[in-house]
Amino acid sequence: MLRVDVFKKLGDFTVEVKFTGEGRVTGLFGSSGAGKTSLVNMIAGLLKPDRGFIAVGDEVLDDTLAGIHIPPHRRRIGYVFQDARLFPHLSVLQNLHYGRRMNGVAYDHAHQDHVVDLLDIGQLLTRRTGQLSGGERQRVALGRALLMQPRLLLLDEPLGSLDSARKAEILPYLIRLRDEAGVPMVYVSHDPNELRRLAAQVVVIKRGHVAAFGDAESVLADITPQFVD
Amino acid sequence: MFDISPAEWTAVLLSLKVGLVATLVATPFGIAIAWLLARYHFWGKSLVDAVIYLPLVLPPVVTGYLLLLTFGRRGLVGGWLADHLGIVFAFRWTGAALACGIMSFPLLVRPIRLSIEAVDRKLEQAASTLGAAPWKVFLTVTLPLALPGVLAGMVLGFAKAIGEFGATITFVSNIPGETQTISAAIYTLTQVPDGDAAALRLVAISIVISMIALVTSEWFARRATQRMHGR
Repeated sequence: MLRVDVFKKLGDFTVEVKFTGEGRVTGLFGSSGAGKTSLVNMIAGLLKPDRGFIAVGDEVLDDTLAGIHIPPHRRRIGYVFQDARLFPHLSVLQNLHYGRRMNGVAYDHAHQDHVVDLLDIGQLLTRRTGQLSGGERQRVALGRALLMQPRLLLLDEPLGSLDSARKAEILPYLIRLRDEAGVPMVYVSHDPNELRRLAAQVVVIKRGHVAAFGDAESVLADITPQFVD
Repeated sequence: MFDISPAEWTAVLLSLKVGLVATLVATPFGIAIAWLLARYHFWGKSLVDAVIYLPLVLPPVVTGYLLLLTFGRRGLVGGWLADHLGIVFAFRWTGAALACGIMSFPLLVRPIRLSIEAVDRKLEQAASTLGAAPWKVFLTVTLPLALPGVLAGMVLGFAKAIGEFGATITFVSNIPGETQTISAAIYTLTQVPDGDAAALRLVAISIVISMIALVTSEWFARRATQRMHGR
């Protein structure tokens, strides 16, 4: 369960969002510039809310009243960025193990095999990151986040930089991930079709505020096509 | 012509030793300062910047004299170091290394600073979400990505240290076998009759050393670009 109730001023723009995500996948829907990434950065701890509260399960990550702000490296929240952000000086395999090493998690061969099979990246392990296609980069980034055994996975438009053929190639992996990995996810997108296929609940964000919240089908049914950019 | 005398070898080897020690000791400080300047805004930053570049614009004799006043036997720091730690800089090769380290510091810091500035902060953010504490982010992401710049800075600093003359001769004089580096040896040879051949030999050696340093630093710069693109 993810509880978010935050306020953040960013120049002229304010993000003021409150919701409680219950399902396996909580979708964050909104056009670009709506404040989705700022919100996700707050959940990851990269951005500190001016006031508010963030908790995953029983663990409070931010509580400005109590003076709590857990830094990102102690949150154990996997973050898959739109631009993958693989480390260029490391091989694919070293990238995959980075989070595990930093968290002091023991090497678990079965878990690695499971993640590698799930994402179908076995043939990429010895490559340099510069030799990967856009879709392959995103799959490796997903694997890297999963192998740190996160308590929550944040996916910020992971398909955003891919063309529709590549999107269709990755989407089945995300669905498998949701069904098999057992990690709750927050999935950010401005594509209602992606969210229909993945998310149980959707938070619609407009200009930094919650415009609608509820189960995916009913919330997205109200979305008129011109809202989609 | 190419008969290098033992005395000339002594000067060459001493130069290499002084240059290496100066570079190796200065590098950790150089990385720390470069990182501070690349990543932080703090009060007095432009002053720190200016002080680091000062040896580049000051007459080397001035730097050497200031070193003598500070680190000489009767200097404030030099006296204390000699009395309490037994470290003497004045008229020793260690003093030459100190002078060379300070003179080459700006050339060492600049490429490191530029390469740290070029490291994508987004990669550091990604590392922190993957569980790396700030110092681990620095050691596993920032520094490896900036490494070609660090090595380029070391090569440039080394080349400068090898060629340093004014500050060194002012601070630690020109003692064969102790503080007489290639530059000082060439200078001495030009002051005596029949010194031309020996001076030219040392000139040739210093050109070779400088060329090697420049080519190496070029190579590291190319490597840096490749590394940033994950090839």
